Amino acid sequence: MEEQDKILQEVTSQEYKFGFVSDFESDSIPKGLNEDVIRTISAKKNEPEFMLQFRLDAYRKWLKMPIPDWAYLKIPPIDFQDIIYYSAPKKKPQYESLDEVDPDLIETFNKLGIPLEEQKVLAGVAVDAVIDSVSVKTTFKETLAEKGVIFCSFSEAVKEHPDLVKKYLGMSVPTSDNFFAALNSAVFSDGSFCYIPKGVRCPMELSTYFRINAAGTGQFERTLIVAEDDSYVSYLEGCTAPMRDENQLHAAVVEIIAMDRAEVKYSTVQNWYPGNKEGKGGVYNFVTKRGICRGESSKISWTQVETGSAITWKYPSVIMMGDNSVGEFNSVAVTNNHQQADTGTKMIHIGKNTKSTIVSKGISAGLSDNSYRGLVKVLPGAVNSRNFSQCDSLLLGSTCGAHTFPYIEVGNKSSIVEHEATTSKIGEDQIFYCNQRGISTEDAIGMIVNGYAKEVLNKLPMEFAVEAQKLLAISLEGSVG
Amino acid sequence: MLTIKNLRVAIEGKEILKGINLEIKAGEVHAIMGPNGSGKSTLGNVLAGKEEYEILDGEIWYEGEDLLELSAEDRARKGLFLGFQYPVEIPGVPMVNFIKTSVNEHRKFKGLEPLTAGEFLKLMREKKELVHLDSQLTNRSVNEGFSGGEKKKNEIFQMAMLEPKLAILDETDSGLDIDALRIVSDGVNALKHPERSTIVITHYQRLLEYIVPDCVHVLYQGKIVKSAGKELALELEEKGYDWLKTHSL
Repeated sequence: MEEQDKILQEVTSQEYKFGFVSDFESDSIPKGLNEDVIRTISAKKNEPEFMLQFRLDAYRKWLKMPIPDWAYLKIPPIDFQDIIYYSAPKKKPQYESLDEVDPDLIETFNKLGIPLEEQKVLAGVAVDAVIDSVSVKTTFKETLAEKGVIFCSFSEAVKEHPDLVKKYLGMSVPTSDNFFAALNSAVFSDGSFCYIPKGVRCPMELSTYFRINAAGTGQFERTLIVAEDDSYVSYLEGCTAPMRDENQLHAAVVEIIAMDRAEVKYSTVQNWYPGNKEGKGGVYNFVTKRGICRGESSKISWTQVETGSAITWKYPSVIMMGDNSVGEFNSVAVTNNHQQADTGTKMIHIGKNTKSTIVSKGISAGLSDNSYRGLVKVLPGAVNSRNFSQCDSLLLGSTCGAHTFPYIEVGNKSSIVEHEATTSKIGEDQIFYCNQRGISTEDAIGMIVNGYAKEVLNKLPMEFAVEAQKLLAISLEGSVG
Repeated sequence: MLTIKNLRVAIEGKEILKGINLEIKAGEVHAIMGPNGSGKSTLGNVLAGKEEYEILDGEIWYEGEDLLELSAEDRARKGLFLGFQYPVEIPGVPMVNFIKTSVNEHRKFKGLEPLTAGEFLKLMREKKELVHLDSQLTNRSVNEGFSGGEKKKNEIFQMAMLEPKLAILDETDSGLDIDALRIVSDGVNALKHPERSTIVITHYQRLLEYIVPDCVHVLYQGKIVKSAGKELALELEEKGYDWLKTHSL
């Protein structure tokens, strides 16, 4: 016991060392949303006036907005007054030991290689350590500081670098952008801030780990990445959700700003709890991710592997303002059982000679629906621009759906836009062929799906690619035969 | 090696195999001939463990084990190989990865360590030469864009890599020109071994000029109506399958 306490002590103080543990850990406010709640959030975080105004402005806009209904999704009614908008309550353990936890969940954890202690936290077993929505895990902060890279929690950025936050917050995703972005802007709890100064090539992949764990608490993360002239950064985001039985709303916002010749790579592996096989539970994931290539010859690329959540509503986009700027979107989205995903991108060409690439690989199984929705918009001034889109759908079984909704608007004659799409199905014959060579059905599906998604997986940083491959196979277990 | 007793098999309610009896000893090559729709491919698929078939009656014993109790992958790992009549394409999965996974699954089953990259490449080079398989082909996706002949050679290449105890070659000769036929047959013959048995399923006598069977069986309307030595194939070629109709009634 003493040993455990010691370790916990160390872990906790380490987090303090990085400055990422909030000082309001045990605070919580009642359910519901009104201006007082927003003032309370802002006050608890000791925010400067401009932040409060940003939040209130967003809230007032949000009140007038309808919940978007254009996606190919069946969204159950969400009671926004039934959500706790700011809390880090001490979680009540659901179980006394791992033996009481659903063995399926434990098996998944083992396959993903999650350490035992972490499994306990994820499964809701009694442990002393609490990973809450305010903590962000980072590494090698000193090395980054030497290069002048700022990588910290959003709260810390507001305190330490208010000018930067004020200058860039809302530049990519204005408060009025959409219902969920407005909600996030009003109530976001924390998130990450990343600033790469001029001419700096960030020496390591930056990663954050978000975990949802307080039941009934909406998760509103905010990420802001600014890359100054001639800088480069690769940013990783990965997440898992342990909650098994309660729908959880997640409405994150990620903003990227790339200045002249800057390059930002943003990679996501998302495997939040998708609900059980009957479609009960699971995370509702309404995310707004957008980057602006403000500078000339800048580049922003999104790579995502989406296997989790009951509902995914997500369109990482790039606005190419600078001449010769480049936008990329690479996506693998897997849906199984009752999952629903409506995901894709927007590529907005404003500058001259701008170039965008879209590679979307949808995989549907079970009773799920998987939609690609993408907009390619070339403004009249964006002469000589190019877009290439490849949208593939792979079906496992005959009870799932794959849908493609491409929107293309080209405002000049010198630009070229190409769109290719395919739909294919994993056949029993392919599975049998693999079986006949001694390869089990599960491994066969894993192999076929990874082969199909290879083009996108290859874009992921190494450490993520391996995890993503495992995830694809696990997400589709039991979907054929 | 293999004993089939009174095997009756249906698909979608229709009886295809109506009481097959067959005994194959180690080292033997058996040919199964017969007209279209006589149940030849069904027999191969049932032996390999394809699921869509309904076993109505009968037993299959393989190396002293009840074959029908084993999953398709376990049958494969225990040395049963089916060379497909129509090998499927698996886009995005390079042939080299596929066969490596396959070889290592077989090794794992036997309690052996996976081959090192070097060992694997050496083995692959050797076996590719055996069937004159274009060395670029293994870098492409499984069977994708392969010609008919390349697909069949690829089946024999996989057989060579896996060194099965019982190989069932389902119409390996169909769609092959005479040169390819010789190459494929040479490959099969090179793998002949006193402990290894082969079932050659074919329409034509032609293949049996290259792969000489110990025994020829004629499958007709779901039953083996005649079994004899290799000379039976010639007789069939000469007289045609119609000759059997009078025989079998």
